[in-house]
Amino acid sequence: MTPLDSDDALVRLQDVRFAYGEREILRGLDFSVRRGQVVAVMGGSGCGKTTLLQLIGGQLRASAGTVLVAGHDLARLSTGQLYALRRRMGMLFQFGALFTDMSVFDNVAFPLREHTDLPSELIHDLVMMKLNAVGLRGAAKLKPAELSGGMARRVALARAIALDPMLIMYDEPFAGLDPISLGVIGQLIRRLNDALGASTVMVTHDIVESLQIVDYIYFISEGRIVAQGTPDEIRASADPFVHQFIHAEADGPVPFHYPAGPLAESLIGGRPA
Amino acid sequence: MTALLDLVRRIGAGVVEAVWRIGFATRFFGLLLAYSGQSLARLHLTIREIYFSGVLSLLIIVVSGLFVGMVLGLQGYETLQRYGSSEALGVLVALSLTRELGPVVAALLFASRAGSAVTAEIGLMKTTEQLKAMDMMAVNPLARVVAPRFWGGVISMPLLAALFSAMGVFGGWLIGVVFIGVDEGAFWSQMQAAVDFRFDVLNGVIKSFVFGVAVALIAVFEGYDCTPTAEGVSRAITRTVVSSALAILALDFVLTSFMFRGQS
Repeated sequence: MTPLDSDDALVRLQDVRFAYGEREILRGLDFSVRRGQVVAVMGGSGCGKTTLLQLIGGQLRASAGTVLVAGHDLARLSTGQLYALRRRMGMLFQFGALFTDMSVFDNVAFPLREHTDLPSELIHDLVMMKLNAVGLRGAAKLKPAELSGGMARRVALARAIALDPMLIMYDEPFAGLDPISLGVIGQLIRRLNDALGASTVMVTHDIVESLQIVDYIYFISEGRIVAQGTPDEIRASADPFVHQFIHAEADGPVPFHYPAGPLAESLIGGRPA
Repeated sequence: MTALLDLVRRIGAGVVEAVWRIGFATRFFGLLLAYSGQSLARLHLTIREIYFSGVLSLLIIVVSGLFVGMVLGLQGYETLQRYGSSEALGVLVALSLTRELGPVVAALLFASRAGSAVTAEIGLMKTTEQLKAMDMMAVNPLARVVAPRFWGGVISMPLLAALFSAMGVFGGWLIGVVFIGVDEGAFWSQMQAAVDFRFDVLNGVIKSFVFGVAVALIAVFEGYDCTPTAEGVSRAITRTVVSSALAILALDFVLTSFMFRGQS
């Protein structure tokens, strides 16, 4: 457990490798998040972005390399210690992952009730404050099924920050949202990070929105960091990968085609190559 | 030749898969028991599941018990009167129910009514990442979601089986005594004399407890282990009902062979 306060990194991954069986997802990834920063991780679908979040949350263990969160080496933590660390992390899943059998209020109250002995009046007030922060105090009595996609994600966000975490993680927070909800979520991510004095890791495809709110951006391709920088540096970047990503070009360093043999062979052979 | 090899290979893969799953289920059961303490300490979680599994199964158990008892009354009378011993109807109905039909049929109904619901619920929670979200909130899903559902099932099952048997006896009485006209005194007194509390009633309760453990374990395991897709959940539910039914019938044979070896 080495303290990493020297360079102010809350999260640091060093030469991290990860594989599902034979399939290698991350191959030697170096990554860090400084305290107070909002960091975006970008890359094509299936490049290992979500795996990265799961490694930071300790839901997956790296095959090699170290994952340090708040100075703790996750590989050396017992389940109890990992759970203690997770109480200081909030995670927003792609579709919210709200508990469907509970109301909005109970969803946000869930972590408070599980981890604190606060009296119910205090829990009520805390939940209302969290819901107010995401603009959904009026929806406290609704069930998750009655919410729109954007609202569900805001409730999940209120739940993720219920225990005032030091680190908030977002898995595709913008996926499938209309432009208004997208802007709302983007602003919330920034505002909550600053108000809570937390750090944020956000996995996303949405380059336009991200450039407006984040402090630093990593690009992942084929399990490695291929480009990184502040929004200004990224806008000015001449890197072909970054260029393809920002301009949404179909072909480039990220190929349009999944690796396959020559087309003629597939057609003449009559079977999937 | 290749076809044969292929067949052998597939059988081998199936066996390995099955053994692996049994191992995984055993480990799952161990963990489940280990986390049960935490879960039972918060009794309201288990009580809620007893409501969903037990109380909401009451209607099907009561109605089925009544009908099974009524059929026993009809069929039993038909056969017994040929030997002139229709007064023994009460004994026949009560013994059939407490020893076999009560625990077995109630467990089969319980598996299809409550077991499938538990599998579906846990499976959908997994599919919609609710279990993962809970785990990320430092709340163990085994202790918070799985263990209460398991114990809810285990506690409900013997009670439902007892109720099933009671309703069955009532149904047998309704048909035998009220409609057919078997002597009421003989019906009850012979039943009282012939049904032994330890051999018959207690063994029936033990059976229903074992079935409860089997059904509840299969239901929570299939839900927890399902492939997190719509198809995966539907397959898991099917497997819960099929495996529960097979487990109940196989366990019933084993238990019966240990419990009733020629005594009374």
